[in-house]
Amino acid sequence: MVTTTSRRAAYEKTRKRRSIAVAAISSLIVVAAIVILVPQMPRWDRVRTSFFNGEVFRDSFPRLLDAFVLDVKIFLWSAPAILVLAMLVAMARNSRSPALFPVRVFTIAYTDIMRGVPVLLWIYLIGFGVPGLGLERPWNSPLLWGSVALVLTYASYVAEVFRAGIESIHESQRAAARSLGLTHWQTMRHVVIPQAIRRVVPPLMNDMVSLQKDVALVSLIGPIEILRRAGVDKSKFANFTPYVAAAVIFLCITIPLTRTTDYLLERERRRTTGTRVRS
Amino acid sequence: MKMSVRNLVKSYGNHTVLNGISLEIAEGTVVTLIGPSGSGKSTLLRCLNLLEPIDDGEVFLDGEDISLPGLDANPIRQRVGMVFQSFNLFPHMTVMENIILSPTRTRGVAKAAARVKALELLERFGLADKAGAYPDQLSGGQQQRVAIVRALAVEPEVLLLDEITSSLDPELVSEVLDVVRELKSTGMTIVLATHEMGFARDTSDLVCVLDGGRIIEQGPPSQVFTAPQSERAQLFLQRIIASGRL
Ligand SMILES: Nc1ncnc2c1ncn2[C@@H]1O[C@H](COP(=O)(O)OP(=O)(O)O)[C@@H](O)[C@H]1O
Ligand SMILES: [Mg+2]
Repeated sequence: MVTTTSRRAAYEKTRKRRSIAVAAISSLIVVAAIVILVPQMPRWDRVRTSFFNGEVFRDSFPRLLDAFVLDVKIFLWSAPAILVLAMLVAMARNSRSPALFPVRVFTIAYTDIMRGVPVLLWIYLIGFGVPGLGLERPWNSPLLWGSVALVLTYASYVAEVFRAGIESIHESQRAAARSLGLTHWQTMRHVVIPQAIRRVVPPLMNDMVSLQKDVALVSLIGPIEILRRAGVDKSKFANFTPYVAAAVIFLCITIPLTRTTDYLLERERRRTTGTRVRS
Repeated sequence: MKMSVRNLVKSYGNHTVLNGISLEIAEGTVVTLIGPSGSGKSTLLRCLNLLEPIDDGEVFLDGEDISLPGLDANPIRQRVGMVFQSFNLFPHMTVMENIILSPTRTRGVAKAAARVKALELLERFGLADKAGAYPDQLSGGQQQRVAIVRALAVEPEVLLLDEITSSLDPELVSEVLDVVRELKSTGMTIVLATHEMGFARDTSDLVCVLDGGRIIEQGPPSQVFTAPQSERAQLFLQRIIASGRL
């Protein structure tokens, strides 16, 4: 008995050690291949000076960071608005009451139309179009209407994500909630939506990461945020390094965002389920 | 009568699932529905809980017609609790949260008071140490007992149990059936669908055999299990006995 246990422990240990070794060696080979092969490309020197110029990088980085604050702001006020609007649209589409039939039709038309046109086009149409109606300050700001365009388009994507989540919750959960005397809305609020949201966190985070990047598109109708700032610096130095610097700044936000989601998901999974199968 | 069903008809599309069911459920009795799979047991229970709209007939609770279209079903569902074959606990909530959801949301019971009451119930059914657990961390038998506690926390007058042991491992069946026996001893009115024939024989006051959406035989268990009148009920019972389930 004792010997089997220790033999098994020893086996698990060697197995673990071996898989770590395999992972380390394969990663090393890939990195080495990139480091050795890329500089051997014929135009590598030119690419390095025009995209990876250290001096230009150091010079424009602080300015880009400053400009990035606006991107973050647009994101911070758009994201909550998107989530709320998307949830309302998803719930309206999911409602079963005949009285809400017109609302259902409207939300279907809304999601079809918003999803059928590129974000960029909506930013142009709404961002130039609405202020063009002759609104007074501050209601004619392209920043405001650019954000509105982002919110309207992204809400239509996110609404579909929420709707898929809501529909994925088994009918028996609703039956149980209703049998306890909960109303339709109480059932949605306490039983269906909390489970639906947990289920759609990964696609939701994908959309949020895309949003974080698409915020830069608002610059095309005026506001000086990071992408526009990078464009200005590119012209000034006749060098593409500011774009690389901007990319680095985006990654500093988006990578932690995705890693955190994965971590939260894993923690939630471990909290609600007892076991997991061995690898 | 606690509940009465009169000439209940229910169809899905043009498939008539319940074809004129009439049933009297006396206060404090256990009424058992047996019959082959697909005979309409679950559908009948769902109609009693107003989870399904019915096509014809009436359902009375304490003499009041609860099948009237347009009636607010939510307060009635609180008076008629239901437990399902697949437990249907809410997986994102702890046992305690599952139990206090309805009392706190539908009847405005304060959280603290609902917790005290829930703990009492959990203790009564040997689950006090599971209050903080999530459903996925419990065995099937424990989950089903929690589901019963959850239904009881709403203080229903009638409890509907739909094959509550059918998805349990054989050794877990008895712990759930014990709960039902205890509920019967406290005078709860219970309507249950089951394949546990021995339990039905020993515990029921009235047994109804369903087949093709009709009650083909009903009476006290001593009569239904030993001297069924209709030929189809005899056939059904013969098959049960042949398969060793009675
Ligand atoms: N939602 C539904 N839509 C269509 N047919 C259904 C539905 N639910 C049940 N049925 C049908 O109704 C009949 C009775 O089902 P059910 O009440 O579940 O029987 P039992 O519980 O006795 O096994 C079956 O033929 C089943 O296929
Ligand atoms: Mg059934």
